[in-house]
This record gives sequence, C-alpha cells and structure tokens, in this order.
Amino acid sequence: MVCVIELDDVRVRLGQREVLCGVTAALPERRVGVIGANGSGKSTLARLLNGLVLPTSGTVTVLGDDTRRHAARIRRRVGFLFTDPDAQIVMPTVAEDVAFSLRRRKLPREEVERRVADILERYGLAGHADHPAHQLSGGQKQLLALCSVLVLEPEILVMDEPTTLLDLRHSRLVADVLRELPQQVVVVSHDLALLADFDRLLVLDEGRIVADTTPRAAIDHYRKLMS
Amino acid sequence: MNGLTGAYVPGDSPLHRLPAGAKLAGLAALCTVLVLLRAPVAMAVAALVVGVLFAVSGVGAAAAWAQVRPVRWFAVALFVMQVVFADLPSAITSVSRVVLAVALAGLVTLTTRTVAMMAFLERCLSPARWVGLDPFRLSLLLSLTIRSVPVMADLATRVREAQRARGVEWSVRAFAVPLVVSALRHADALGEALSARGLDDHDEGTGHAAP
Ligand SMILES: Nc1ncnc2c1ncn2[C@@H]1O[C@H](COP(=O)(O)OP(=O)(O)OP(=O)(O)O)[C@@H](O)[C@H]1O
Ligand SMILES: [Mg+2]
Repeated sequence: MVCVIELDDVRVRLGQREVLCGVTAALPERRVGVIGANGSGKSTLARLLNGLVLPTSGTVTVLGDDTRRHAARIRRRVGFLFTDPDAQIVMPTVAEDVAFSLRRRKLPREEVERRVADILERYGLAGHADHPAHQLSGGQKQLLALCSVLVLEPEILVMDEPTTLLDLRHSRLVADVLRELPQQVVVVSHDLALLADFDRLLVLDEGRIVADTTPRAAIDHYRKLMS
Repeated sequence: MNGLTGAYVPGDSPLHRLPAGAKLAGLAALCTVLVLLRAPVAMAVAALVVGVLFAVSGVGAAAAWAQVRPVRWFAVALFVMQVVFADLPSAITSVSRVVLAVALAGLVTLTTRTVAMMAFLERCLSPARWVGLDPFRLSLLLSLTIRSVPVMADLATRVREAQRARGVEWSVRAFAVPLVVSALRHADALGEALSARGLDDHDEGTGHAAP
C-alpha cells in the first residue's frame, strides 16, 4: 500500500523541551484522528505534516517528499486549517479572502470568480461574499477559513481542532464536510464525536503514541488515560 | 472603523466600474482643485459635484455619512478656530475643503474592492523590484494592515471585558500588557497561516531548503 504520510522516529525539540520523542507511524488511511491531553504534542505533530515544524531528528515523508527538503511543494499539496480563524483570514472581505488563495495559480479572472462563488455556495457563505470578514460569527469565520483552504484542492487536509469554536450545528457541518471530502484528512481534536467514525485514531501522551487503533479502542484508552 | 475596513459597497455604477488607478488619479486631481478653491461659492459648487458623484455611485446616505463621521468633531473645532482667528468665509472654505476631501477619499474606498486597489498598487510598485523589494509583499502588507484593524479592535475589547469581569476598572498596564501579548501572538499565528497557504514561497519550481 502506498503510504501517504510516513513518520520515521521523529523527535522534535522546542526550546528545552522534547515535545515529540520518537514517533513512528505510516498513515495510508483516508481519515486519521489524533487525540491526547493538552500539551501532549498534537499540534506539533500536525504542523510536522506540512513542514511548519521540522523534525529535530528522524524524517517526515508526505506524498513521497521529505518535508525538510521540499517544504514549499508540500505546503502547496497539504492544506492546513488552524483553530483560530481570525489568524487565517487575511483579506477584508469574504470573497476576497478565498480569491486570495488562488493568486499564485495565475488563473483567468472569470475562473477565479467562478471557483470562489462555487465554494462559498457549497458551504453556505454565498450570501456573505461581499461582507467584511470581521462581521461573520466565529463558526462562519471557520467555514470561510476552510473554503480558503479547500479552494486550492489540496491532496491532504490537516486540521488542528477545527471545531473548537463552533456550535453543534456548525460542528456537524464540518463533520459532514469531512465525511464527503475525497482527499485524505488528518484531524487533531478534543471533539471525540467528530472522530468517532474515522478509520484510525492515534492517542498521544507526553510526545509518544500510546495507542494507534480503531476509534472505539483508542477513545477507551484515552478515557482511561485521563481518569 | 468601518471607514477603513470592508467599506466596499457592492454595486454596478460607472464609479464601481472605473479602474482603481483612474479613481485614485481623479481623487488626486479633485483634491488639488479643492486646495486651490478660495471662495465659499466655489466650495458650494464643489459640494454639489461631490453630492452628484455620491448619487451616481448609489452607495446610500448611511455609507456616505460613515465615511465623514470620523472627522465631524475635527470639522467643528476647525470651524470654531477659523471663525475666532480669521473670518466666517475662510472658516466655511477650510472646513468644506477637509470634509469634501475626506468624502471623496471615502467614495473611492466605497466603490473599489481591496483586491483591485492591491492590484493597482502592485503595478505602481513594480519598479520597487529593481531595489530588491517584492511588490506583491508590499501590497500584501497593505491589505494585512487593513484586515488587522478590526482584529486589533476586537482584541482590545476582549482585554477590556476580561478586566471588567475581574473588577478592574481602568489600569493602563493591565490593559497594555495583555493587548501587546495577544497582538504578538496574533502576528505569530498570522505568519504561520500565511506560510501554510503557501505565501512565503516565491518560485513555482522545487521547494527551497527549509530554514
Ligand atoms: N515554541 C515552543 N517552544 C517551547 N515549547 C513549546 C513550543 N510550542 C509548544 N511547546 C510545548 O510543546 C508541548 C506540546 O505542544 P502542542 O501545542 O503540540 O500540544 P497540544 O497537544 O496541541 O496541546 P493542546 O491540546 O493544548 O492544543 C507543550 O508542552 C508546549 O508547552
Ligand atoms: Mg494544540
């Protein structure tokens, strides 16, 4: 089987702390979840997957490329959604922010406008296209950030707690989106319901993978760990 | 705040369709004329022209007022000073000059998308390439600045509310420290989000060696 994401004895040291201590995993599944306590290294693991964080030792291979050598190319192929949508929205209005993602593609203007309109329509933001982004609710901002990532059609989508700021309805919307996305997704979350039907779940604890199994078994393990 | 951020009012008027560069050139020209005008009568004509331009743009009175509103107290103060130290006609001329210039600048913002403004700016800045600056980065800097205004305002409100919730009514330090910290944290997250969106890479070929 072709492994889309491969981590080989990855260690990450940030400042004085060893944040990840020897993580090895091959992740070919379409939907992979990561859970674990606060500070266990989940965000660091997610950031490794598109080269935002580089391993201190060991290698991270994504779509056949080493993140240490091909960070720019990997970032074009791996979309990343952060927890805080405010930091991801860079343009003043909704449609402009989505269009901004496409800038470097050098597409004709009509093509850009069509793609932007399509994606805003799909995620229920069409009515807000020309609204200032700061007037959206937190959930709508997260959807906008998602649109701005998905419009680039990444081959892998990595999300760090995408539903933390969302209400139940918007969380479900994101869950539905995840279910239908054709690409591979890796989701870090404390929202166990979101990950319940994933193909595989990793449990991190103090920088190590302590369980790597089906969601049901992983969640049980995580509950015991937390009690 | 809205005068700067997301002030664009969608529309299909001739002003909306005019290229950003033409509008900025027109703005410069009209402001020059405003500076040269002396007589209150001339100002009345200028006010009429500005009024007609606003009517043509179809942005609505509320949007127009929102552009001028921020300078209202300044205008009043200026008027009083001019009346005291000069005379009534010059008070009328200087106040209308300021208000009309602000209104015209506002009209450009109201009818131009940030993207169009950025594209124009990038073209103007393209000579900057020769001294090693990237015009794309310069125009990105501009739009990030615009986008940061509401984010900062929001952070300030949150810090203020957190203080009130803890019963602190007013303390400069208790306000400034968390605000600066959250601003820096925001800047960090923004930088990371920009590089995740591939905006720190220059070429389309193979990637750079990571730092
Ligand atoms: N830049 C940094 N310098 C030093 N230590 C850091 C840095 N970034 C993160 N850490 C530390 O690394 C550890 C793991 O951080 P990480 O953000 O990956 O945790 P997490 O599992 O995502 O936690 P949470 O659930 O709270 O988001 C934390 O203890 C944190 O303090
Ligand atoms: Mg985290």
